[in-house]
Amino acid sequence: MESLVETNWTEVCNAEDIISHVGICAQLGEKQVAIFYLKDEQQIYAIDNYDPVGEANVLSRGIVGDLNGEVVVASPLYKQHYNLATGVCLEKSEVSLHCYPVRDRDGVIELGLP
Amino acid sequence: MSNQRLVVIGNGMVGHKFIERCIESGAHEWFDISVFCEEPRLAYDRVGLTGYFAGKSADDLSLTDEQFYKDHGINVFIGDKAKHIDRKNQIVRSKNGLELSYDRVVLATGSYPFVPPIPGNDQEHCFVYRTIEDLDKIKASAQGAKSGTVIGGGLLGLEAANAIKQMGLETNVVEYNNRLMAVQIDDGGGAILRKKIEQLGVGVHTGKLTKSIACGGEGRYRMEFSDETELETDLVIFSAGIRPRDSIARACDLEVGERGGIVINDYCQTSDPNIYAIGECALWRSRIFGLVAPGYDMANVTVSHLTGGAAMFTGADMSTKLKLMGVDVAGIGDSHGRTPDAISYMYTDEATEMYKKIVVSPDKKHLIGAVLVGDASDYGALLQYMQNKIELPEHPDSLILPQRDGAKSGLGVDALPDSAQICSCHNVTKGDLCKAIEDGNTDLAGLKSCTKAGTGCGGCATLVGQVLNSELKKAGVEVNNHVCEHFAYSRQELYHLIRVERISSFQELLAKHGIGRGCDICKPAIASILASCWNEYILQNDHAGLQDTNDYFMANMQKDGTYSVVPRVPGGEITPEKLIVLGEVAKKYNLYTKITGGQRIDLFGARVDQLPLIWRELVDAGFESGHAYGKSMRTVKSCVGKTWCRYGVDDSTSLAIEVEKRYRGLRSPHKLKLAVSGCTRECAEAQSKDVGIIATENGWNLYVAGNGGMKPRHADLFASDLDKETLIKYIDRFLMFYIRTADRLQRTSVWMENLEGGLDYVREVVIDDKLGIAEELEKEMAHVIGTYECEWKKTIEDEEKLKRFRHFVNSDDTDDNVVFVEERGQVRPATTEEREELLSGKKGQSWNHS
Repeated sequence: MESLVETNWTEVCNAEDIISHVGICAQLGEKQVAIFYLKDEQQIYAIDNYDPVGEANVLSRGIVGDLNGEVVVASPLYKQHYNLATGVCLEKSEVSLHCYPVRDRDGVIELGLP
Repeated sequence: MSNQRLVVIGNGMVGHKFIERCIESGAHEWFDISVFCEEPRLAYDRVGLTGYFAGKSADDLSLTDEQFYKDHGINVFIGDKAKHIDRKNQIVRSKNGLELSYDRVVLATGSYPFVPPIPGNDQEHCFVYRTIEDLDKIKASAQGAKSGTVIGGGLLGLEAANAIKQMGLETNVVEYNNRLMAVQIDDGGGAILRKKIEQLGVGVHTGKLTKSIACGGEGRYRMEFSDETELETDLVIFSAGIRPRDSIARACDLEVGERGGIVINDYCQTSDPNIYAIGECALWRSRIFGLVAPGYDMANVTVSHLTGGAAMFTGADMSTKLKLMGVDVAGIGDSHGRTPDAISYMYTDEATEMYKKIVVSPDKKHLIGAVLVGDASDYGALLQYMQNKIELPEHPDSLILPQRDGAKSGLGVDALPDSAQICSCHNVTKGDLCKAIEDGNTDLAGLKSCTKAGTGCGGCATLVGQVLNSELKKAGVEVNNHVCEHFAYSRQELYHLIRVERISSFQELLAKHGIGRGCDICKPAIASILASCWNEYILQNDHAGLQDTNDYFMANMQKDGTYSVVPRVPGGEITPEKLIVLGEVAKKYNLYTKITGGQRIDLFGARVDQLPLIWRELVDAGFESGHAYGKSMRTVKSCVGKTWCRYGVDDSTSLAIEVEKRYRGLRSPHKLKLAVSGCTRECAEAQSKDVGIIATENGWNLYVAGNGGMKPRHADLFASDLDKETLIKYIDRFLMFYIRTADRLQRTSVWMENLEGGLDYVREVVIDDKLGIAEELEKEMAHVIGTYECEWKKTIEDEEKLKRFRHFVNSDDTDDNVVFVEERGQVRPATTEEREELLSGKKGQSWNHS
């Protein structure tokens, strides 16, 4: 479904600043956003950097992987897994993170603000 | 009414057990108890006496102390001997002139070694093997000796032979019977045992009657045998059996056996109902029991009888399993097949030097005896067959014949009833184990610690493991040691694949042997294996994404997302100049400072962007990464040793520094902590470490698999009096063998407890090179040592890598969620409430402004 609201894209960094499967953190206004680029799959994800369970801005420093087919990042603090596509915490389904539009436009990584 | 007076004569293992039982049952409150202890020290572990030669001290062997007796109101007379019992007046008289009135007496006088009446048996270098004093004399005599001979090839004789062999003496064993261990095993087993012991370089002479011990030519003595042969030797140890010490009973006309031993009834009473006898001095139905367990039973029975109970002594099973000079030997029940019409089955394998025999009842329904030499792994199961009278399979020989082509062994634990006693030391039945497994103790270490099974003599450990596997299988639990869903392999198997196929990246391993993308379980585990094998820089691009944040930023993440920094301080030795540098760095970056248990200084509260700045200063001052963040060799703690300490016997600090520099940067399945103490006072607490080293008069003792933390475990003595070269060689091999075979996040303690064969097995691999891999292990370690470089030094020299140390990829701002408050003159992370208050701008001090 086409989004009804036009996305405002903000340049964040170059694709080459990101190592495949290793997160980085970007500042987007007041927000901290964790970006993960799975370059071999051409998949790029962006979620909150704030871990609501550990109460710290650390999710960009988690290890990326998959569990039962869901692409996840594990919090480096207490190891909860967050689905990178939906932001939902696998261990605590009542917890979920905000997901951000993100794209690689000709080697430039851009985050979208709705 | 005043208490009854109880006099206990003898304070060996059984005499002491009797006191313990009195205390447990509360009997010590109804009796005034006095104890005569003839030896200059209270009860010690005589069964483990040989450990005294392996570096254990008298204190290590001790079973109790005077305080324990005092605390429970028990009088003990150490170094005094009960001389006479005046039964008419009910008085015990001692050598030192004490006179004690009694209501009851317990004789626990034990036994003495039998010295055959051979001319010359009382010379200066002729010994027996029973007390710590005997061992001291043997030790002193061995100083100037080249060779030693043990007369008697029984269990204790072989142990003595092993002890003097270890002291470097050319060793011979002389046995009157035609085979070794004549009591426990038969000719077939004796032949295999002999072969194995000869291979260890010990001369075995069976069927020899010693005629005299004369003056020697080459050696101190010449032993002359009745067959006109001779043997030169510098010292002689008699180990030709024991005799009950019953002279005090004879002197007061208690009934004794024809060949010695104080006659007792089923309640352990002698012919005088006020006098009991327990242990090796007692004769029950014409039998003396020369093992400690039946003596303990008698102690129980006596306490029961004294307190009005009805327990009876019903005899004891003399089955034994032991390891003699590394050879497994076991005898069960009627091992000689003396029961009329008994049928025996025998299996000999000369290739692997193994002998097995079972003796079954005439109707072939029940097992009544067995002999195992070379491989005693079936001991537990066979004992169960006998004790529980389990009906034998149609072909009883299937119990000992090798099982090939996947055929099912006849010795299934499934056949055992729930009542079957698996661990006799702690009286744990199969039913107890099943219950514990049901309650969730599904690994061997957990099961052992919950039920205590297998933690006494360890003889049943294999059986416990079999019960566990069988129960898990029955419960439908797939016994699966796969690392995670991405690799259908255990950590050990992955390690092997990486080594053998020379795989150097996670992607390559995943492509060849895994599925999916990996996860936070397998990635760090494989990163660790790659580092253990190839020791490449961990921040290399293809390794970076595998690392836990601690390894990635080479610092320890704390609860607020900041990190702590722990520079290496080898051996805990630091110059004032370096100490000042640490202080100044801490001050400059406003870091909270604390001393760690591993003798390091931990600097807390560093942001990622500060880490390279901090490390540039530390590297410039000569510091290296301390690897406190990794599953890796952490610290080698030490005391100051003989350099400063009045008691130190060797230079522990220098060794600690050398060991720490050798293994720095070594990555392993879990963290590794080491320590070196300069004497047995053990100020460095080496016995709580994965690898502990303690200086002795003659070198270094090596301890392994200790653990502090959640489940503390004392390290086991692995080898003693090593020179430095051998010590380092053993540590190399031990650590590499652990790295090769442990599960992920398994400390050495749990690893060793889960290994079948445990400590003995690790010794066989590391010291005896049973698997033929010792050289390989050393080479692998040499590679890691040779390729060491400080990760932090390398990182701060690499501009590309330094780019990763920013909080934001698109800004130089720092994390505003990190807020500190002050406590005791230093910073600490704000609590949630404090942070909210501070961030709302009411007061305070965020680090951005400090």
